[in-house]
Amino acid sequence: MAFLVERPGLEGIFQRLRGLGYELVGPTVREGAIVYDSIRGAADLPAGWTDVQEGGNYRLKRRDDDALFGYAVGPHSWKKFLHPPRRRLWQASREGGGFEIRPEPESGRRYAFVGVRACELKAIAIQDRVFLEGQYPDPSYRGLREGAFLIGLNCGQAGGTCFCVSMDAGPALKSGFDLGLTEVLAEGRHYFVVEVGSEAGAEVLGAVSHREASVEEVAAAQGVVAATAGQMGRAMDTAGIKELFYKNYEHGRWDEVADRCLACANCTMVCPTCFCTTVEDVTDLKGEHSERWQSWDSCFTLDFSYTHGAGPQRASTRSRYRQWLSHKLATWIDQFGSSGCVGCGRCITWCPVGIDLTEEVAALRKPSP
Amino acid sequence: MNALIPQPAELVEKRQEAEGIYTLRVRLAAEETRRAYRFLPGQFNMLYAFGAGDVPMSIVSDPEDGEVIGHTLRAVGPVTKALATLKEGEVLGLRGPFGSSWPLEEAKGRDVLIVTGGLGCAPTLGALHYLFRRREDYSAIKIVHGVKAPKDLILHRQFEEWRRAPNTEVHLTADQSGGRWKHKVGLVPHLLAEVAFDPAKTLVMMCGPEVMMRLAIKQLIYKGLAAERIYLSLERNMKCALGFCGHCQFGPQFICKDGPVLRYDRIHGIFNLKEV
Ligand SMILES: Cc1cc2nc3c(=O)[nH]c(=O)nc-3n(C[C@H](O)[C@H](O)[C@H](O)COP(=O)(O)OP(=O)(O)OC[C@H]3O[C@@H](n4cnc5c(N)ncnc54)[C@H](O)[C@@H]3O)c2cc1C
Ligand code: SF4
Ligand code: SF4
Ligand code: FES
Repeated sequence: MAFLVERPGLEGIFQRLRGLGYELVGPTVREGAIVYDSIRGAADLPAGWTDVQEGGNYRLKRRDDDALFGYAVGPHSWKKFLHPPRRRLWQASREGGGFEIRPEPESGRRYAFVGVRACELKAIAIQDRVFLEGQYPDPSYRGLREGAFLIGLNCGQAGGTCFCVSMDAGPALKSGFDLGLTEVLAEGRHYFVVEVGSEAGAEVLGAVSHREASVEEVAAAQGVVAATAGQMGRAMDTAGIKELFYKNYEHGRWDEVADRCLACANCTMVCPTCFCTTVEDVTDLKGEHSERWQSWDSCFTLDFSYTHGAGPQRASTRSRYRQWLSHKLATWIDQFGSSGCVGCGRCITWCPVGIDLTEEVAALRKPSP
Repeated sequence: MNALIPQPAELVEKRQEAEGIYTLRVRLAAEETRRAYRFLPGQFNMLYAFGAGDVPMSIVSDPEDGEVIGHTLRAVGPVTKALATLKEGEVLGLRGPFGSSWPLEEAKGRDVLIVTGGLGCAPTLGALHYLFRRREDYSAIKIVHGVKAPKDLILHRQFEEWRRAPNTEVHLTADQSGGRWKHKVGLVPHLLAEVAFDPAKTLVMMCGPEVMMRLAIKQLIYKGLAAERIYLSLERNMKCALGFCGHCQFGPQFICKDGPVLRYDRIHGIFNLKEV
């Protein structure tokens, strides 16, 4: 059953979540982009903004309405909250002849994510497999993930670099949300059709003014997502994609893309599924106290594959780009049972030279140049 | 137990094997952790030196040696050097054991050919100790070990002791001769051409530089050995050993959890490519 919350009622959902102790995070405008950050309520959402995205290009533009979610995804993804860019893992102090290690306590933070799109829900599910379903679950990720409340969003606007339809990741929400919203602006009205995805979601909705949505309202909401599915800026043919990569480790296209790629690692930073990290031990001057910090890392750096004696395993940009794309689209399937790409388009938009993985895949399907 | 946290362990014995090479025998400090600790040869630990970091290190001791866990390390950089300067009685950190192990069950009743090169023979040391301690469970044991120069041969006495064991061959080679070197001169793959083995009965365990292993495998396959009977131990940069830092990836494999010991037929497609 779908429910209806009028535009002003949305604030009630947010304040209810804050009342329950959640930290509200959602889209907001900062320095010319829509990013995910702390918000106080609906007033901080990017009302009336949209984004224009192309390879290597992103800019904000005014809409001719007051939609709150009328844009695609920006440079941030929810991984910055669940899998923080930098965090302390433990601290050690010298004690007698040895040392004592104290694990970092769990932050206990409970986030409510506002406007999680279908591709992003899928990206979270993909990171769940990495951090929770292996032999050694990550306690920090688990704590943050289990504590989070997810307000999903059916996309009302695809970006110029989106291809979630090809990756079977969107634009319609399937599961994994507590509440699922569709924003509708039609016939002078502005409202949200709300689906309930969990008990926690039902409780929150119960605390605000809502009613059952009418057949017309539900149809309007469905129309919104259907229109989005037809607006995909990009497409990727994924048939036999794993074998395509396994057969083409030596395809000439890798040299061609390596000539353009700056190995800047932007693509890995903006990608909502990329999970790689490194660690650094920081010790005080007296050598009495040491801390281990984990931070996001990228397979585009030279150090990433360094071993003593052999040096960097992947010295050339060609091999690093190949590693990145092969991991996303092929080896990920063997490792975790799904593609590592959800078709969000961020890596295309935020690549300074506009390298486009959908084009790269198409080129790999052609004979080596 | 939080697998990200190094567990304190006492350095109970430190022995210098050669210039810059030490065997460290350590004992986990907490009784509970110590009792729960079980490993198989081929697996590795992450050893932590206070303030410096932690690095992967193969286990060279025997699973039945009780509570003392052995590693043979070469001091090459900050962490291994910090580990190498620890004194007996001092404390280091240990996480593990991690990764896959040598096929020591599958090898029972078969001939075992151990092929190693350079200083990277630590992963096979654990297997060798294991095989010789249970000598009657295995048929012939043949060791083919190559070094760059005669001075790089460590554990001489150990090799000579193995040479004297029944039904055992030890073949040593150096890329260049020198000094009083009385063994072969040449590369491991060439020496393998001369070593007789029964391809139907033999199982191979191998580690060393990858160029050496590629050529050695070519030679073994040429001589009739099946790819499924060749196991090799690989090294990749490692930060977590838990399957989520991403550093150790080799195609679809994570060397920290699918490896370090891998069966050749499962990786042959990428093992012969550069920069994977
Ligand atoms: C499964 C496995 C088993 C190993 N077993 C042994 C052993 O029994 N004896 C031994 O002497 N060495 C062994 N090594 C190699 C050992 O881990 C490296 O020599 C060590 O990491 C070097 O660290 P460092 O800080 O002293 O030197 P640096 O060269 O300065 O290394 C800097 C960092 O790079 C990474 N790194 C460098 N070399 C390697 C490497 N070969 N493998 C993985 N990460 C590396 C580490 O994170 C290290 O902290 C093994 C490696 C692996 C992967
Ligand atoms: S690879 Fe690119 S399109 Fe795919 S999920 Fe990552 S950032 Fe999005
Ligand atoms: S593909 Fe683009 S974003 Fe990624 S490393 Fe290369 S230049 Fe940077
Ligand atoms: S060492 Fe981190 S994933 Fe293997």
